Amino acid sequence: MTLPMSDLQALFPELALLGLLFVVLVVDLIWRPGRRLGWWTAIGLVVVLALSLTQALPGEGRTIWGGMLRHDGYGFVFRMLFLVGALVTTLLAMDVKDLGDKGAFYLLLLTSTLGMMLMAMANNIIMVFLAVETASIPLYVMAAFYPKDKASTEAGFKYMLFGALASAVLVYGLTLLYGLTGATDFAAVVEALQAATRPVWMTMAAVLLLVLAGFAFKVSAVPFHFWAPDVYTGAPTPIAAYLSTASKAAGFAVLLRFVLAALPVSALPWWGAFLAAMAAATMTVANFLALAQRNLKRLLAYSSIAHAGYILIGVVAASHLGVTAAVFYLVVYLLTNLVAFGVIVALESAGGTSEIRSLAGLYKRSPLLALFLMTAFLSLAGVPPFSGFVAKVWVFVAAVEAGLIWLAVVGVLNAIVGLYYYLVVLKWAYVYDTPEEEMARPVVVPKVQAVVLGVLSVLIVVMGLVFAPWFAWGEWAARALVGG
Amino acid sequence: MVPTSFYIFLAALLFTIGAVAVLVRRNTLIIYMAVELMLNSANLAFVAFARQFGDISGQLFVFFVITIAAAEVAVGLALIVTIFHTKHSVDIDAMHELKG
Repeated sequence: MTLPMSDLQALFPELALLGLLFVVLVVDLIWRPGRRLGWWTAIGLVVVLALSLTQALPGEGRTIWGGMLRHDGYGFVFRMLFLVGALVTTLLAMDVKDLGDKGAFYLLLLTSTLGMMLMAMANNIIMVFLAVETASIPLYVMAAFYPKDKASTEAGFKYMLFGALASAVLVYGLTLLYGLTGATDFAAVVEALQAATRPVWMTMAAVLLLVLAGFAFKVSAVPFHFWAPDVYTGAPTPIAAYLSTASKAAGFAVLLRFVLAALPVSALPWWGAFLAAMAAATMTVANFLALAQRNLKRLLAYSSIAHAGYILIGVVAASHLGVTAAVFYLVVYLLTNLVAFGVIVALESAGGTSEIRSLAGLYKRSPLLALFLMTAFLSLAGVPPFSGFVAKVWVFVAAVEAGLIWLAVVGVLNAIVGLYYYLVVLKWAYVYDTPEEEMARPVVVPKVQAVVLGVLSVLIVVMGLVFAPWFAWGEWAARALVGG
Repeated sequence: MVPTSFYIFLAALLFTIGAVAVLVRRNTLIIYMAVELMLNSANLAFVAFARQFGDISGQLFVFFVITIAAAEVAVGLALIVTIFHTKHSVDIDAMHELKG
């Protein structure tokens, strides 16, 4: 059996990323370039992105590599999104001491990105597990990147322990699914479930709960969210940024495909209701816990859990509009949260801490940084004209269209709670002052970080004002998954 | 031939033992062993199902799970050693740096 060229071409982004990985490894071994390795990685990622967009655009969705992967618009949008996430993380981390000058960081980052890209394409339960682990294991190491720092090692350890537990539960669920259907391919799983003559809802319930627990861990949905605040706080900030954006998006990429292609909401009467309850609980619990936070990274962790709840609304709707809204939300959320964490990275490299009170007087010490912070937080809160507003509106519209009006109402009420704590942070940055001696020390932001944050902030506004082209990407992705 | 259901019951039992051990034990090494037990219970169920269906892909899956579990153990033990260096304890109750 020979491998068709088109299979190789479909996998071009992954192969190019693998090539980049080797280049970075060799460059690091030979020249020890330190911080400059960040430029190698960043430029390499831009090249991979540009080439992928021109060389590997999928047409009609088709399965490749013996049915293991599916090459379609849905996977492609997510793959490009992860590349952008890795690029921004690289640029933010470059000037961070003990992180940006270590070659291992870039290698782990690229490996994890490779795993996430496979997650977005996985069309077989074997591939789902392999891709999830390829993405996760480097992340455990990255979270514990400062071996002498108590908080960082503890974050890495907690993440690893809960992660291993979640994957054990996931594997057991997939095993039962295989036992129930005798198939590992998504399409064959659906066929076998529809052809089942005996009622199998008991086993199905076990399968759904176990598999959902595994995925809910990845996207940090309640009640599998408790690792996120600790890990985000303890991990180096650029890595927390990557965890809260690309890793979460990857979890949703595989969850959405799994729910729509392998276990449709119609498979069981209460499956949709269960997901809806999870979405509502995720939003509510996270938003209320966020109210009490004093540390900015912890607050953003709870905020990211709450956003997982909003995105889950799109998953519950499971319609064309639902998937479109979820994908659009994830794109917006990735860019916005990278800015929010990027501001903390900049503050920390200027000698500040991630405590909310250390933001006091920011608008005088660094007006630009305060502006970026405001853009990101108002977008997260869902205030027009920022893109976060558009994203929320579409998710709620999808819920109403699917007849889940109560879920949309819960979402809107939660958005109001969210608005409060986002505004409190902005109050610290804009209204309060610090003592004179603090004021005299301006916050010096490294040039690269300032440029990256500036570009992303502009994008956040532009995506809110002119959202049609981005929304079309989401629709393209949804068409590949649900048709229509 | 031993019926498949026997294997499945054994796998479920191993999975439950692993899950309970994760919840009640305090030593992180033991907890890690319990997680491995859970992974291996899935392996056992998988090969049993694969034999039942006469299907090779189930056995294939087990090879991947074993390999990945090995990789995970390597990273996990390295992290436990690092934790021991910073905290001089591998007890789960010593992990109280981050809370709130």
